Amino acid sequence: MTNIFDPLSTAWTTMVTHKLRSILTILGVVIGVSCVIILMSIGQGTQQTITNSLNTLGPNILYVTAESAAQSSIGRAPVSGMLTLEDAQAIVTSIPNINAVAPTNTIGMQVIAGNQNMTAQITGVTPSYQLVNNVQVVGGDFINQDQYTGFAKVALIGPTVSTTLFGGENPLGKTIRVGNNIFYVAGVLKSKGASFSSTDSAVLIPLTTLQGIASKLTTTGQHEVSSIAVQAANKKSASAVKSAITSLLQYRHRIAPGADNDFTVISMDEISASINTALSSLTILLGAIAGISLLVGGIGVMNIMLVSVMERKREIGIRKALGAEGSEIWGQFLLDAALLTFTGGLIGLAIGWGISALITASGVLTAVVTLNTVLLAVGVSVGIGLLFGFLPAFQGSRLDPIQALRSE
Amino acid sequence: MIQLENIVKTYPMGKSELKVLQGVDLNIEKGEMVAIMGASGSGKSTLLNMIGLLDRPTSGSYLLEGAEVAHLNAKSLAKVRGQKIGFIFQSFNLLPYLSALKNVELGQKYARKPNVQAAKEALEKVGLGGRMKHRPNELSGGEQQRVAVARAIAKNPPIILADEPTGNLDSKSSKEIMAILTNLHVEQNITLVMITHDPNVAHYCQRIIYIQDGQITGEEKS
Repeated sequence: MTNIFDPLSTAWTTMVTHKLRSILTILGVVIGVSCVIILMSIGQGTQQTITNSLNTLGPNILYVTAESAAQSSIGRAPVSGMLTLEDAQAIVTSIPNINAVAPTNTIGMQVIAGNQNMTAQITGVTPSYQLVNNVQVVGGDFINQDQYTGFAKVALIGPTVSTTLFGGENPLGKTIRVGNNIFYVAGVLKSKGASFSSTDSAVLIPLTTLQGIASKLTTTGQHEVSSIAVQAANKKSASAVKSAITSLLQYRHRIAPGADNDFTVISMDEISASINTALSSLTILLGAIAGISLLVGGIGVMNIMLVSVMERKREIGIRKALGAEGSEIWGQFLLDAALLTFTGGLIGLAIGWGISALITASGVLTAVVTLNTVLLAVGVSVGIGLLFGFLPAFQGSRLDPIQALRSE
Repeated sequence: MIQLENIVKTYPMGKSELKVLQGVDLNIEKGEMVAIMGASGSGKSTLLNMIGLLDRPTSGSYLLEGAEVAHLNAKSLAKVRGQKIGFIFQSFNLLPYLSALKNVELGQKYARKPNVQAAKEALEKVGLGGRMKHRPNELSGGEQQRVAVARAIAKNPPIILADEPTGNLDSKSSKEIMAILTNLHVEQNITLVMITHDPNVAHYCQRIIYIQDGQITGEEKS
């Protein structure tokens, strides 16, 4: 039963009395809010997926690469450095609080098995690679110390490589050819999916063996590697280890004080922070695009509210003749608009949430609806009602009661 | 009760002005039942709107129960209007989506005198005790006007203004409405001012005021 002393139930009555018009009015808001929810949930879901995949590596991992952080500075020639196996050995011997050091060198080469072939990233690794990169082997064993020191021609292949070269067959004990060298497949890596540290398309061989195939000696007779992954003892010691590595490599690479480093040490935390920043911007951008449709929906609300004020001119006149003050008329229309868009927001939320769940269920993308998204969408939809209901409500409150009563 | 002195109302009409009321002096005592008669465009509706505080005079003085109300702002006018004036219109002016009872309660709401019991009693008084839950479109014209009368009296105002209350009714319903209004006037000593074209209706009143071209031209007591 309607309680006429309660403006909210008056607004409700108005809304359900004009069902079709109410539905058409809120359609824009419904679509807008569902778009915001869907796009933001996709953005946040992607962010969560990537963060999770980064977290599998652990926050205590540091990466040393031979790229200078100063490369992008204007007016300076890029410093191209070189990391060596000897750098990695120096880190192991002279820096405390380190669990493992895993230097790697990667080259792209053609891999052949029977009549199948593909181009794969051939990565030379040390036995510690397994620990540092959290690699799991589903069949066979990881490269051991004997194989490493013995230049063994064994390879671990990623699941993608296995499928491409061997189809459904078990590749264990079979051979692959890389250049002129025959390797025994010693194991297949567990799939990591399309994550940051995915090894699905990798071929891992002992670093010593790789150096034998594609010898890369520096002018001083050291062995070049493309990167060195270092696992600090724990998260706390990571930053101390980072500065120790920096000092050590500055000394070994003879970097003059104040000169740019020819290498970069970056922690997993920093990588994940910068990726998160980029993804947050993406999420906000997606939300803003959807916000435009919400804005258009709001203009639709204003349109209908203006019509509604004109249609209810006589009612306004009656209420004013009975003693209603302008502010009461104003408040009522504002509330009408806010209730309309709030309802639209709730419907949009339900639809958006449903579609997000379907997207996640389909497995293409992960869409995560967070409390913030929900509050934002509902808040914005009420805000739109208040914002775009303001002008019509104000017009209604200013109507002259005599003229309002005369209108049909 | 109602003292109008030299009330002038002009409306701008392009570059010139339309003088609707040209200095009206009128005194209505408490408990009087007055009819205002005049041709279309004579200014009688404007005069009633002025008395009912729906409109403000361009110049002149209006004392309502001894207080000057001619130049109050819109908010104050609404307040006084809600508490002191009960309106009855030719076209009933009920809200279509509210029941008879709710329409009566709406009048009380804006008079800041909510009282469901009084609302029900008002409907019983106009003979609609059994139709309180009906909406206006489920009621006949006469019944709708009786709801409007109930709405006007339920807040117990000192003054009731009626703008051709029987204008849209057949003669039987007209008689019923006039009987109710006369009864109210007699029983509750309500001051009643109405506009009418119908001399039969006018003769229910003790005093008939004739208006022409924005001026009072005559008066008749019965």
